[in-house]
Amino acid sequence: MKLEVSIGKALGAFSLEAAFASEGGVTALFGRSGSGKTSVLNAIAGLLRPDRGRIALDGEPLFDAAAGVDVAVHRRRIGYVFQEGRLLPHLTVRQNLLYGRRFARGQGSVSLQKVIELLGLAKLLQRRPHDLSGGEKQRIAIGRALLADPRLLLMDEPLAALDAPRKSEILYYVERLRDEVGVPIVYVSHALDEVVRLADTVVVMSEGRVLDAGPVAQAMSRMELRPYLGRFEGGAVIDARVGEQDLEMGLARLDFPGGALYAPDVDALPGERVRVRIRARDVSLAMVRPEAISMLNLLQCRVVAVGEPAGASVDVQLDAAGTVLIARVTRKSVAALGLAPGVPVYALIKSVAIDRRSVGYA
Amino acid sequence: MLLTPAELEVLGLSLKVAVTGAIASLPVALLLAYVLARAQFPGKILLDGIVHLPLVLPPVVIGYLLLVALGRNGLLGAWLAEHLGIVFAFRWTGAALAASVMGLPLAVRAMRQAIEGVDRRLEAAASTLGAPPAAVFVSVTLPLILPGLLNGMLLAFARSLGEFGATITFVSNIPGETQTLPLAIYSLTQVPGGDAQAMRLCLISIAISLSALVLSEIMLRRARRRAQGA
Repeated sequence: MKLEVSIGKALGAFSLEAAFASEGGVTALFGRSGSGKTSVLNAIAGLLRPDRGRIALDGEPLFDAAAGVDVAVHRRRIGYVFQEGRLLPHLTVRQNLLYGRRFARGQGSVSLQKVIELLGLAKLLQRRPHDLSGGEKQRIAIGRALLADPRLLLMDEPLAALDAPRKSEILYYVERLRDEVGVPIVYVSHALDEVVRLADTVVVMSEGRVLDAGPVAQAMSRMELRPYLGRFEGGAVIDARVGEQDLEMGLARLDFPGGALYAPDVDALPGERVRVRIRARDVSLAMVRPEAISMLNLLQCRVVAVGEPAGASVDVQLDAAGTVLIARVTRKSVAALGLAPGVPVYALIKSVAIDRRSVGYA
Repeated sequence: MLLTPAELEVLGLSLKVAVTGAIASLPVALLLAYVLARAQFPGKILLDGIVHLPLVLPPVVIGYLLLVALGRNGLLGAWLAEHLGIVFAFRWTGAALAASVMGLPLAVRAMRQAIEGVDRRLEAAASTLGAPPAAVFVSVTLPLILPGLLNGMLLAFARSLGEFGATITFVSNIPGETQTLPLAIYSLTQVPGGDAQAMRLCLISIAISLSALVLSEIMLRRARRRAQGA
């Protein structure tokens, strides 16, 4: 699968200029609300007509302003899971699931049985949308989109309307979708933990522009993107492999080129590849190797850059044998420790700061 | 209540005229309601006004215009009679036509409201699932507006039952052919000693009309519940 998007659209005072390409897997459109993520999805689906540009899927143009191509929504074969589910209220769950089937050309790659099993829908089939919970509606919306045999699945913040337990439930189903069905997904989100857990590629958007597009770990550690990734949640992403599990202590060792991290309650088996997000605010710095300290994770690094101060704090970009880390420390500490590019430091990370939501399958 | 054969004939004719009128106005009303609810075009306000004219014009005007256009010597009437063998003048079909024209504004209003109440995001969702526009209309829009559709027809039916001015002007007052309930009541009030019989027909009129309105209200509530259930 290859998706190419290069579009422009004026929407009142807001203008959208988005260009990126995706080679399959999960592509996350990430940014604050109002950054134009949903407009991009709508343009790919054909629900929003761009003023100019081109959208192509596997080389076949879906929209091309110059060539006068604008494939109708129902001919694009692009599944869409909306934020609010949008189940058809007059149909049962089963009828909703099968709605797209009658229009799908060919048999489709996924059977109703597979979708019911994959999304845990067996008990819901005869129910009607109005007495379903938000999480159930969202699972059915995903199943319905899959059964229409899409070439690409668009998901617009499918977790936004859900509470935390439902969120992790649906995330689990989206992961299965990615791993077991293999349908390429474009996933819109403003939550970093969802992006880290699910995405292979991330497109960072702000005010209708694409700031960066590339592999998740790379984009997340770019200093100039810091302000857009959110002050609280910002940080680096590390691709690691699960090493030893210390079941008694409930810890797993995660190996990566720059060293190893101990993380609690990791839901993966030894040898599996995982992606860990280390928030900048959870990383402390020391000039000498500390002794007798509760923090289990101690990484030898070198300062790469000291960012622009924001209030009392500064983000410091570190290099741990090729792996990028970000530490958020005070301006006072930067001055006191003499932090500058090239200075060797120790990065300290509390294991308990790496929670379940920070670790996802790669 | 026991009805005399004459009363039964009037009642049967009235129901036939009103039901036929309501059914005949359905496609036209639905099309107009859809265009008024969804399309944007110059002259939309004018079209809206024309649709509502039967509600505010003296019914005699509508009846006279129908007579001029569709009477035996009317331009359209003569052509229809000659080529298709369709005659409206002085027939019960003419009464049904007058009834459907008079009921049209009410039907259009109810259906337009129902169409405007449809969540268009549901239609968009259906099209992303591969449904072409016609299929979206049949499988999403139509089921969602069904209560409004029935309600519109019911209102048109109730209005038709009371139709007097346009009917008597267009197709006259012929017992057994065009003499509906209101026309029969009018005739009875014109003859000495007809009061008691007129009152009996009045009560029948009230019973049918009230039933139709109550049924319409029940449907409206159901429609509202259906919309909220989504």
